[in-house]
Amino acid sequence: MFIINCPYCGERDQTEFSCGGEAHIERPKQPTELSDDQWAEYLFMRKNIKGVQFERWNHIHGCRKWFNVVRDTSNDKIHAVYKMGERPPVK
Amino acid sequence: MKNKYSIFSLIKNAFSGHENWQRAWRDPEPKKEYDTVIIGGGGHGLATAYYLAKKHKMTNIAVVEKGWIGGGNTGRNTTIIRSNYLWDASAGLYDHALKIWEGLSQELNYNVMFSQRGVMNLAHNLQDVRDLKRRTHANRLNGIDAVWLNTEEVKKFCPIINTSPNIRYPVLGGTLQKRAGTARHDAVAWGYARGADEMGVDIIQNCEVKGIKRNGDKVEGIETTKGFIKTKKIGVVAAGHSSVIANMAGIRLPLESKPLQALVSEPVKPIIDTVVMSNAVHAYVSQSDKGELVIGAGTDSYVSYTQKGSHNIVEETLRAILELYPIFSRMKMLRQWGGIVDICPDASPIISKTQVKGLYFNCGWGTGGFKATPGSGDLFAHTIANDEPHKLNAAFNLNRFVSGDLVDEHGAAAVAH
Repeated sequence: MFIINCPYCGERDQTEFSCGGEAHIERPKQPTELSDDQWAEYLFMRKNIKGVQFERWNHIHGCRKWFNVVRDTSNDKIHAVYKMGERPPVK
Repeated sequence: MKNKYSIFSLIKNAFSGHENWQRAWRDPEPKKEYDTVIIGGGGHGLATAYYLAKKHKMTNIAVVEKGWIGGGNTGRNTTIIRSNYLWDASAGLYDHALKIWEGLSQELNYNVMFSQRGVMNLAHNLQDVRDLKRRTHANRLNGIDAVWLNTEEVKKFCPIINTSPNIRYPVLGGTLQKRAGTARHDAVAWGYARGADEMGVDIIQNCEVKGIKRNGDKVEGIETTKGFIKTKKIGVVAAGHSSVIANMAGIRLPLESKPLQALVSEPVKPIIDTVVMSNAVHAYVSQSDKGELVIGAGTDSYVSYTQKGSHNIVEETLRAILELYPIFSRMKMLRQWGGIVDICPDASPIISKTQVKGLYFNCGWGTGGFKATPGSGDLFAHTIANDEPHKLNAAFNLNRFVSGDLVDEHGAAAVAH
């Protein structure tokens, strides 16, 4: 349980947000040319990092906008928040 | 057996004030090399070591555990055991475990307090009713005992449930598996540890794995806080930390680790003599032999390794508990905790070889691994010893995420884990 600083609305309780999982997984540009292994990688395989992780969040009970969060999963501390399309801050 | 537990040993030790019991397992320093190393000294890991030694005669093995044995999810779950899963593969896997549970105390000479008090799953809407009836039929076709109860029968089986049609999610019926129940979770870890130790398995506690040494496509050993241990086979049974170990070995897994919470109340006199689970309102409850209500809550929706869990998850569960059991409204909750569970996209486990030779994973049990402990250990031991899966865990391979042959208990069963 923690507070997230929504880039559009400011600080709100985490329960207002919905986590969309690992960020920066690129959708395949040519899906028809992917092998089964590549599909498995895209659909299922996750870093699931214990430590600093980049992830997507949606302010589902607020502005309903998506954005990115850099969070340490070992202690739930948030290091940075940035909008979709912005460059991720260097670790 | 070096020190068989029996009524006579109990009486004998009572005369000396219980001060002369032998320790149940040794505390060895790691050797330089083992035939097989198991990473993770929880129930599943210790059971794996036990069956490797017992059934496959591999005794030069070690179990390395970063904390103390049974201190992870083995000691954090709500101890529910059942096998009423929808799909054939799951039914085979979990009923294999349930059959071992039925004779486990005798086999281990250790009372795991397995209690077949029944598990009842409630239905709260028409879709629940359809799904649970379908599951009952599927279970019976697989030889697993299951019956459908209507609302009156639910009330008769567990009188404290509020079956009023006027509550927010009324009880429309439920399924009952009578062979299901609970066991004493710590005893399972201790019993397997004692049994494995006796056959020569080294159980090395306070020994954290820091790296996995690979030579091309095969493993050579593990780096630990107690030095390098050489081995040709590594069985990883690290639950929520499986991805951490996988990263060390340079492979990827389809897992997300999330906190799952449970809580217990103050102890009271016997009030509920079965296990009641409700997926729709996400509340399940049983009563321990000490008298505490043991309540299971849900997972947080984001990845976290904090072993805490969010307050709102507990609130939601207790709201549901109070509506279903108004009699509990003045009970005080004593303790709350979280365990980190590794969840697969299809909510089924992975008991599998990997693309790295000599590296095996037993993970992805998500929110429901305790019930499978004996079966999981047995099948994982078979997989490691023969370098091939047993037919009961063949479907639970890592390759199913490539082939698409998922065992989708998440979407199919409407069963809380």
